[in-house]
Amino acid sequence: MSDLPNALKSIVTPVRLEYDHSAGAAATGFLRGLTQKKILGARTGPGEPVLVPPRGADPRTSELAAELVEVSDKGTVVTYSIVRVPSDNIPFELPYVCATVLLDGANLGFFHVLQNCALDEVRIGMRVQAHWAPDDQLTENVSSIRYFEPIDEPDVPFEQIEEYA
Amino acid sequence: MRDVAIVSFAQSNAAREDRNEVEILLPVVKAAVASSQLERSEIGFTCSGSSDFLQGQPFAFVMALDGVGAWPPIKESHVEMDGAWALYEAWVKIQTGEVDSALVYAFGKTSSGDLAEVQALQLDPYCVTQLWPDADSVAGIQARLYMERAGRSERDLAEVAARSLRDAQSNPHAVAKGDRDAEKLLAEPYRTSPLRDHDCPANSDGATAIVVMAGERAKTLCERPVWIRGFDHRIDPPALGARDLTRAPSAEIAAARAGVGDDKVDLAELSAPYTHQELILREALGLADDVRINPSGGTLCAHTMMSCGLNRIGDAAQRIAAGEGDRAVAHASQGHCLQQNMVCVLEGE
Repeated sequence: MSDLPNALKSIVTPVRLEYDHSAGAAATGFLRGLTQKKILGARTGPGEPVLVPPRGADPRTSELAAELVEVSDKGTVVTYSIVRVPSDNIPFELPYVCATVLLDGANLGFFHVLQNCALDEVRIGMRVQAHWAPDDQLTENVSSIRYFEPIDEPDVPFEQIEEYA
Repeated sequence: MRDVAIVSFAQSNAAREDRNEVEILLPVVKAAVASSQLERSEIGFTCSGSSDFLQGQPFAFVMALDGVGAWPPIKESHVEMDGAWALYEAWVKIQTGEVDSALVYAFGKTSSGDLAEVQALQLDPYCVTQLWPDADSVAGIQARLYMERAGRSERDLAEVAARSLRDAQSNPHAVAKGDRDAEKLLAEPYRTSPLRDHDCPANSDGATAIVVMAGERAKTLCERPVWIRGFDHRIDPPALGARDLTRAPSAEIAAARAGVGDDKVDLAELSAPYTHQELILREALGLADDVRINPSGGTLCAHTMMSCGLNRIGDAAQRIAAGEGDRAVAHASQGHCLQQNMVCVLEGE
């Protein structure tokens, strides 16, 4: 540690930069879909993996993934964690479950939060569905899906989702 | 030293892009890899240059990897510098013998923010940035000092702009172009005197990709490989009062080390965002009057920050490959008032 007497420990230097952002084609498609309660993925062509959310390219082939494909808002938990760390950014009561959900029709796990689910009941293979915000609160934000919650469907065997786990 | 050649080059520039970085970059990388005749998996190293400050979105360079062929996992590196410095890193990597080839790319989205203001963040955060000296203002200070020292006039600057805009007309990748003589340009109002709009860069969004290959193999990949014969970069102190702004000492040293003066130069691509900086660089690099300067229109006419320096190297190489000359000098710069400079000497087979 410095023994500099009266060392200046902090200064105030406000920085304000304004950006006129553009989300790009892939994220524009996905985010606009949310306002209509649709989850849109993208693929490079018919028969190719459907990536949700889409970021522009299929990272395995680096081909442009420009074809938007609607996937189901139902899916299967491929992995999860129980979160006990508070954050001002998260509106959920602790502890809660975050999970990767393989949406029906998608080939990439989708990250979100699970609610209405006892902590000792969450499991890999569990079937869940999106709980959407009320229609008048749907925006171009992934929190238009408030959370996922369990549905009454039989579990999917691990072997069927292993590739995405 | 190992001989390294530029075997392919692709670029895109637009005044405003609404695509994301991956979407901009992917077709450019694809085009460069395709024209290199190499399989993506054959390319030993991948190195990029970009800065998240431009678009105000963190880790754009990580996401960009989705578009450059990063699966199966590749050997990769990134510099928070113009892509020309990424090319230098790739060149050094090839010199070590670890790899024989590299894909180098860069991208920038300047239109998302106010670029001249964003550039204020490159200055001393304690005592200078707080005053928000935007890049155009700082360049104005340099221009006035340079004109005083070198006996140059605003007309000399306007002549640089007129020539660049005229040359840019034949470059599909330039975003500013036109046939306007110096007289007309001088009738325009000042932006940051003595600089007018035409003295300041036409900012743009885009991406650039270059493939380099070492040794004999390069000769099998293209009709006329363009060899990197000299490559050096240097840096001046950042404090604006700590150096002579009317000269570019780091460019002088880099040019000497790269061997610019060892033989005749047919053309030069200089990354001078401001007109007066071209004049400073011509002097620093010791370029004769008959050297063709910025036949592409230069960075003045397409300032895709982070890739415009790499574009100078690519543009120069392309002209040598096409037989428009045998020996070219390409230059890249970064920082305010030409603080950091890179010089690359290129020769055709």
